[in-house]
This record gives sequence, C-alpha cells and structure tokens, in this order.
Amino acid sequence: MSAEKNKAWRNDAHAKVTGRAKFTDDLKFARCLHAAPVYSDYVHAKIIRVVTEDAAKAPGVVKVLTACDVPGTNRFGQIIRDFRIFADDKIRYHGDVVAMVVGETRDLAIRAAALVRVEATPLHAVLDPEEALRPGAVLVHEQHGSNLVNTHRVRRGDIDDGFRQADFVIEENFRTQTIEHAYMEPEVAVSVPRPDGVIEVCGSMQHPFSTRRFVAACLGVPLSEVEVIGTPMGGGFGGKDDTAAIVCARTALAAKLLGRPVKMVYRRDWSIRESYKRHPYRVNYKMGVTKDGHITAVQCKILADGGAYCSVTPWVTWRSTVQCCGPYVVENVHCDTQGVYTNNIVAGAMRGFGSPQMNFVVEQMVEIAAKKVGLFSIEFRRRNMVRQGSVTITGQKLDTHKVAMDEVLDAVLKETGYEEKLAKCSHGKSATDELYGIGLAMSYRGVSLGAEGVDFCAAIINVQPDGSILLEVGVHENGQGAESAMSLLAAQELGVSLGRIRYRRASTSTVPDSGTTVASRGTIMGGGAVTLAARELKQKIAEAVCEKLQCAIADVRFANDRILGRTDGETISFDEAIRQMFQTQRFPHAFGVFRAPRVSWDEHTGQGDAYFTWVYGCQAVELTVNKKTGKVKLLHATAAHDVGRAVNREMVRGQFFGGMAMAAGYGLHEEINSKDGRITNLNLNTYRIPRAMDLPEMTALIVENPDPQSPTGAKALGEPTTEILAPAIANAIYHATGKREFALPIKLSAQPEELPEEECRL
Amino acid sequence: MRLHLNGRELEVAEAVGERRLVEFLRDELDLTGAKNACDIGACGACTILLDDEPMKICIKRVKDVAGHRILTIEGMAAPDGTLHPLQQAFVECGAIQCGFCTPGMVLVAHAFLLKNPRPTRDQIRKAINGNLCRCTGYHQIIDAIEEAAVHYLGATAAAARV
Ligand code: FES
Ligand code: FES
Repeated sequence: MSAEKNKAWRNDAHAKVTGRAKFTDDLKFARCLHAAPVYSDYVHAKIIRVVTEDAAKAPGVVKVLTACDVPGTNRFGQIIRDFRIFADDKIRYHGDVVAMVVGETRDLAIRAAALVRVEATPLHAVLDPEEALRPGAVLVHEQHGSNLVNTHRVRRGDIDDGFRQADFVIEENFRTQTIEHAYMEPEVAVSVPRPDGVIEVCGSMQHPFSTRRFVAACLGVPLSEVEVIGTPMGGGFGGKDDTAAIVCARTALAAKLLGRPVKMVYRRDWSIRESYKRHPYRVNYKMGVTKDGHITAVQCKILADGGAYCSVTPWVTWRSTVQCCGPYVVENVHCDTQGVYTNNIVAGAMRGFGSPQMNFVVEQMVEIAAKKVGLFSIEFRRRNMVRQGSVTITGQKLDTHKVAMDEVLDAVLKETGYEEKLAKCSHGKSATDELYGIGLAMSYRGVSLGAEGVDFCAAIINVQPDGSILLEVGVHENGQGAESAMSLLAAQELGVSLGRIRYRRASTSTVPDSGTTVASRGTIMGGGAVTLAARELKQKIAEAVCEKLQCAIADVRFANDRILGRTDGETISFDEAIRQMFQTQRFPHAFGVFRAPRVSWDEHTGQGDAYFTWVYGCQAVELTVNKKTGKVKLLHATAAHDVGRAVNREMVRGQFFGGMAMAAGYGLHEEINSKDGRITNLNLNTYRIPRAMDLPEMTALIVENPDPQSPTGAKALGEPTTEILAPAIANAIYHATGKREFALPIKLSAQPEELPEEECRL
Repeated sequence: MRLHLNGRELEVAEAVGERRLVEFLRDELDLTGAKNACDIGACGACTILLDDEPMKICIKRVKDVAGHRILTIEGMAAPDGTLHPLQQAFVECGAIQCGFCTPGMVLVAHAFLLKNPRPTRDQIRKAINGNLCRCTGYHQIIDAIEEAAVHYLGATAAAARV
C-alpha cells in the first residue's frame, strides 16, 4: 500500500479494534503486587502524624509507604518543585495522597487503605483566588512567601492614549470553570524491577521522559537506571503529565523497595479527585474602539486559580497572556496575568492550554464591540484581524508563513451560508418554543512550546539487512496517531511502502530525551526529525549506490521501493541497495534532529517573537434554545483550520471532531463542582462529558498552507480545534436569545418572552 | 456453571459465580478487551454482548451471564484473524483514536446493526449514546457504523453474525 493512497492508515488500529492492544492494566506480571492510594478528608491541614500500623497489619498487606520511605526527593515539579509523591508537611488539597498501601490484591490494598489514619491540625482553606491574594491571607506554601505563583504581562503602546482615541469603551467580566480531562482510561502504572537493577515502568502517561525524571528523582537513582516504556494510552489531552508521572513514581518506589512488580490502577473517583484540571479563569476585559470599528486599546486582567501546586500554571498563563487579544492587531495593550495558589484542585495542562478561556472572552468582546459601533461582526473582525505581515501584540511580525486568517474565515462563512443564516436568528423572538442562532469564533495560535521551553526532537531510522525499517521518534503516542503519522512521513520521504516500517516500542533508554508531547508539537517536531533523518539516510544510500547508477549523488531519487539515477538510466531496488551497503561496511542508519527556530521573550515588557509559527482557525455552530426549558441543542458545527499540511487526512479530521466535541462540553455541560474544597462529581455519571446525542453533525474543512519552517510543512491541530467552539456557542446563543453569557459552562434557564428590539445582524 | 463464550463452552466452579464479571474475564481468561473505566455502568468501556444485547459488565457478576451466549470483542474477528466488516469499517473510517472505548463501541454497534441494518445517523447516535468516547467526537464512529450497515442486510447478513 502506498503512503499516499491510504489516508486512514494507523499502525495500531488492528490491535485496538480486536481488543488485543495491551494498555497498562492489561499487562500481567508474575508475583505482581497491587497498590492503592490513601487520601485524608482534610482540604488544608498541618500533618502531625500518618498512622499506618493498623493498615500494615491488615490481611494481604505487604507494606504501607509514606513520605518517610522516599529515598530520593519527595518533591518535584517541572517549574517549581512543590508537588509531593506523598504529602509530607501539609495537606494542601483534598486530593493529596498521604500514603500508599501495597498488597497481594487490589481489593485488599483498597480495604486496608481505609485503616490509615492522619493526625493533623486543620488550617483555614483558601478557596477563592482573590482571597488568596489579599494581604494576610493564609498561605498554601509558607516557604513561597505568598500565594502568587507567577505573573505575566504585555505592555504595548500607550494604554491611556489608546483609550483616548476610542469613541467607545466596553468593559465586561468573564468567568470560566474548572473542567476534567476525562480521558477514558484513568491513571495506571506498573513498575517491574529488572535483574540488572533497572526499574522498568509502563504507565498511562504522556511524557516518558518527564516521567523518568520524576521516577529517578524519587528513587534517588541516575536516569539510566529507569526505563520508561511507551504503552498504549487511553487518552491524555494534556492531563497525563504531573499526576500520571507521580502515579508511576509511586509504583516504581514500591517495586524498588519490595523487589516485585507493583501495579496501581486508579479508580475513576481517585482520578477525578487527585488529577489536575483546566484552570478556571476570572477575566476583566476593557476594549476601546473607534466609530469606524478599529480596536484602539485593550486592557485586561487575568486571574487563574492554579490550585494547590504550581504544575505548569506559569506556562499556561503565559499563552493566555500572549494571545490575550485573540487574532487581532491592537496597538495599545496592557495585560496583567496572575497565577494563584489556593487549596482547590490543582490546575495544569489541558488541550488548549490557556487559550480556550481567553477565546471565550475575546470572541464575545469583538461581537459586543461590533454591535456598539453598528458594524456587522464579521466586518468588524476583518478590520482588526491579523494579515500577512501584521505585527502581533507582542511585537512579532507574521511574515515567515502564510497568514491564513481570512482564508479560514471565508471557508466557514461560505460553507455555512453564514450571512443568510444570521438573518434568520431569533434574537429572543420566535413563533415556536425554539429560538434559533448561529455563531462563530476564530483564533490564531502559536505552535509548539514557544518561548516557554527548549524545543528539539530526535528520530532514528535503522534499516535492517533485509530492507525492513525500524523507526523511533522522541514523541509519544497519546492516542492521537503520532506513530502512524511518523511512519507515513518516513515512508513518503524514503519513497518506500508503509509495510516496511515498524514503529519501535518507545523507550526512554533508546532515543534521546526530546521533551514532552505537548502543545500540539508532535507532528511538527517529531515529523521534522523523521524527515531530516530520512534525508540523511537517503544521502548515505545515494553515496553507496551512485556509482552503480552511474550518476551524481545529487541525482539519486527514491520512489516505489526503488532507487533511481538519471531518467532512463539504471534503477536498483531498495532491498538491493541495503544489501550492498552492508556488504560495503556501511550502516543504513540515520539520526535526525529537528530544532525549532529561535523564539524570544522579554518578561518585563511582554514583547518578543513568542512562537516560531502560528496556525489559524475558525468555527461556527448552529443551535436552538428551548424557551421553556432553556435547553440548548446543537444542530451543526463547522470548522476550518490551517494545519500546514495534512499528513493523515482521516486522522486530521478526527482531531477536528474530537476537539470540537471537547469544546462543546466546555461550553455547555462540563464543570467540576466542589463543596468546601471537596469535589462532589467524582464519576462519569455526575461529571457529564458529551455523549453522541449531545453532539451535532460536524464539517471539517482542512486548509493547507505548508509551513516553510517545518520540514514536512505540517503545523499543528490537536489544540486549535478545541479552543473556539465554546465562544462560537456563546455567540450563537446570543443570536438566539438576545442575551450575552459571561460564564462557562453556559446554563440557560427558561427564556422570558419580552426582549427589546434588536438587530440580529449585529 | 456453564459459560457460552465467543463460541466456546466453558465450565466454571459455582464459587466463581460471585466474582465481578469484568475482573473474571480480564484476570482469569485474559480477555482484556473489555475495559474498566468507571465501575458504575456509566461509560460503556466494559460492554459485552449477552444474547446479542449490550451489557455493561462492571456491575455484573459471573453468575448473571451463566447459560447465556456471550460475545466479547475477542470473538468478533474470524478465527484466522480476518476482521469483521464492522471492525474493518472502524479502521477505514478513522473511528479509532486512543482505542479505549473501541471494543465497547464495536459491540454496541454490532448489536444495533443486527436489529436495524438500515439506520439513520440519528438512530446510530441513540444506539451508542450510552458509550462514552472522549477522543473522536463520535463522528467517524457513526460513519463507520453507517458504512458497515450493508453487511447486515439480506444475503450477506449471515456473514455479519459471529
Ligand atoms: S466500566 Fe462499565 S460502564 Fe464504565
Ligand atoms: S477513541 Fe479514545 S475514548 Fe474513544
């Protein structure tokens, strides 16, 4: 099968559709022990003593571990080392784990976990981020000195001058909620002590390399003594980082101490209780606009509740800051962002990473502004949006790639027949019980890590003597099809059939540490490395066969499993070329490294080339609101995203649909509820993610403008697809009901009959 | 106690009857296709078919299924490994991402198509509504079920039975 034709190809589809794929809990090991975490009922408390004696004596219990048993470091984190393997000094949120029971079976471990007692002095729980910042507030981390985790800012132009130029100034406050990733597979890990002293870890985690760092630090051993093995994972969405790595580290600790394999399979309620979430935001947003529809100034204050530990709050809020004006050019910007510690559930990375919150704000603000100045909302967007050569609010000139904002917007307008449908919106009035609305939102998004991290990635192509190919890349399969995309790219670049390529079971011990598969960087970074490795390999093969083909090295080409010289000249099969290489003592082995182009950032002014490239997206949604019940029904959703290049079309479509579905849940259904800091909806019956009947039919419009800085041309799509449907829904609801919604999730009650006259088109 | 499992007959001790079915299949028989994602019957990841009807087995015991015909995902493909047309459609339509929901989805869809081989997309939505998928937005899963439906019609219907 050629790589071109078979667009839905996945290397793991067969195993997954037959139930043979082995996820972590499906793996079995002889003499395996099972572990269960122990929580306390405190939300904020000073620990006096963790009493484990009774649990240790319970039937089937082998050991109860606490912070005292950690030989290495008990505290770590990617930015601030405040996360604990086991709570040591204090309990800082309801999901803090104080101990872990290891037993002969999972049931026995769970039963004994109830026998662990915590003696502690309760402290006032800080549950409101604004309260957390008040002088004299109770501190979540005393040694940190305050509850402020981080700040970011943008200072551009002169904000006072910007507002003076404005004819209107609009100010609104928005709130977004805490949501759960709700990957279908809860956290799970199994660690196996090997005879050579290495601890092998399989687990449902997104980042083998950061997991290895966590595990090695916890055990107090060098990185080389821990091998993290990539294992099929039942969904991540950014959520299987810190918490998942800690779950791995706890099993590794037990395996190391007890000399037996140890598995820990999380129950859903533990997963929701302990794992980090999407940050809830409070945003105050002030926008100045002129009569002719130009945005002159934006002032915004962003407050993000990071919960009990830092996790990646500084990075998440950085993206919010950089993208605080959406895809619009604004000359005068003053943005202040704060990430805050509280005793709430920890907040960290989640697909979208700080942009869904801001887009919910910005994409409603532009429509409010358009209405104020009496302009069609699309026209208002066109007057302000980024175009080729525009300069962003952080001073970055968009000229290294095609700026496709208008292209994606036009694609959605055309596909949906937006203008005609907008004219039909109910705006609070309809003859039937249903109010109809259509709405739209758009965004641009910086690709990959940006100025927040070191960004490079490796790939290894190792051709075997018979011409079969082993491929290995430093990005992790998160269920999104990364391995398949990498294999397709290798096959395309080498001009060989896919059947030759075997993606190696990923291991941290064989490929260099290439960072984390976050920020939608899998395809662009991993794909870049694969393409560069394939090019290096072709060069080596060309050197070996050019004599036989009687041509210059530069003339050697690769297609259809053959190697070609000049037109009409001789050709040689791929297998034959490889055989010759081995005979002449050359290894057909290549190592490719893709380094992201340089980015820059000045923390003081909030100016710089924040990301090396950007993607552009637009989504629209049609819906009805039932006047009597307030129930929202989504009728159809349409998305256009510039993905650079679609490597695997069906998989690209899958990212569109999955992202939009998640955003629909964000907009309408999902919210982590808690009472006094304790989460109350701990399973999937009460934490409601979208079901098939909640979702509409969807249309995916793939726009391709290959990026010159990406060796494959591909950019990103995992996250952009998740970040704009919620504001599109909010705008559609406005066009249906005539009322703005400023908080997520949008919960409507029965709609009053009377509404003032308004013009729907605005 | 007798179990009719994926076309095989299995004799199990009475005492086993009290065990949770999902654990029994996964731990004792190594049929790990059925996943456990919620423990309370809320997600469908553990779905099997009992006499062609979907059943969430995280809330069932072994004795609940004794004497009935059980189909798990491991019994869908032909013995030689050839995929069932419905499985093939899942692969081709891009209906699989992380794959954790896939076994349950395939089985629910199979039960549905046996009864309704000419479904509308809305009927398909209703049929899979009890099975959660966080990755796909269901779109391509519905495509796959729609595409596979013809295999459940008329002369070819017998082949769709497993
Ligand atoms: S695991 Fe059985 S329904 Fe969720
Ligand atoms: S494919 Fe991941 S949950 Fe359905």
